[in-house]
Amino acid sequence: MSLEIEKRDNALIVRVYGEFDLRAAEFHRHDIDEKFRTQGAKHIIFNLGGLTFIDSSGLGVILGRYRKVTENGGRVAITNVPPRFNRILELSGVNRLIPVYDDEAEALRELA
Amino acid sequence: MRLEFLSLPENVGLARVAVAAFVAGRDLQVNELEEIKVAVSEAVTNSIIHGYKERSDGVISVTASLYDRFLEVVVEDQGKGMSDPNQVMKPGVGTDPERVGLGFMFMKSFMDEVDVWSEPGQGTKVKMVKLLPDKTNTPGNSRENGG
Repeated sequence: MSLEIEKRDNALIVRVYGEFDLRAAEFHRHDIDEKFRTQGAKHIIFNLGGLTFIDSSGLGVILGRYRKVTENGGRVAITNVPPRFNRILELSGVNRLIPVYDDEAEALRELA
Repeated sequence: MRLEFLSLPENVGLARVAVAAFVAGRDLQVNELEEIKVAVSEAVTNSIIHGYKERSDGVISVTASLYDRFLEVVVEDQGKGMSDPNQVMKPGVGTDPERVGLGFMFMKSFMDEVDVWSEPGQGTKVKMVKLLPDKTNTPGNSRENGG
């Protein structure tokens, strides 16, 4: 899995490409936290458009970031979810905690 | 099919892709294949995280058997085991805040049968069964690979 991380407005946009499993979770979790801190962002937007697989390890990273960010008054959003991952987001309850938007622009508008 | 590998995070992907390739000849929909991959991933991840406590020298075996009407996948480790496997199958039971106790919930949701055998110090064995479309109507039938 690879990540493309960019700060826009006060949100850190994290674009996820590939398979978000245990290895990716261990490898990238601190990356996201580090960028979030050094770039002085308030919110995180996970763009899942390039996702090819996700399990509880990947969802755990998103939920973990959600907890940290919301503790500090920020918000988390998810965008561009490929339809095949709708069920796993529903089952995990992630989409009840974290709003899901069509694209980054919509998420940025909502977070502004 | 039987595969043995070390308890390394990079082998989680290997295990799920091997099982997916093993059932590739069957007429599965994309979402059914996805569900099998998630279930295998969760079982192997549990062995690495809980069974071997992230030690990388443990051995995990994945055995997949294909029958007319179902796929059986057995994931086994010789890790630390547990005294009450039914306890971990309850949603929300997890020790690490980043590991949200979803693993068994996904296994149970995505497979038709999940059984766990474990004893402290004796490792853990997870058997999962997924019902498959009858292979006798596979060629030229109307099932489409949606998704």
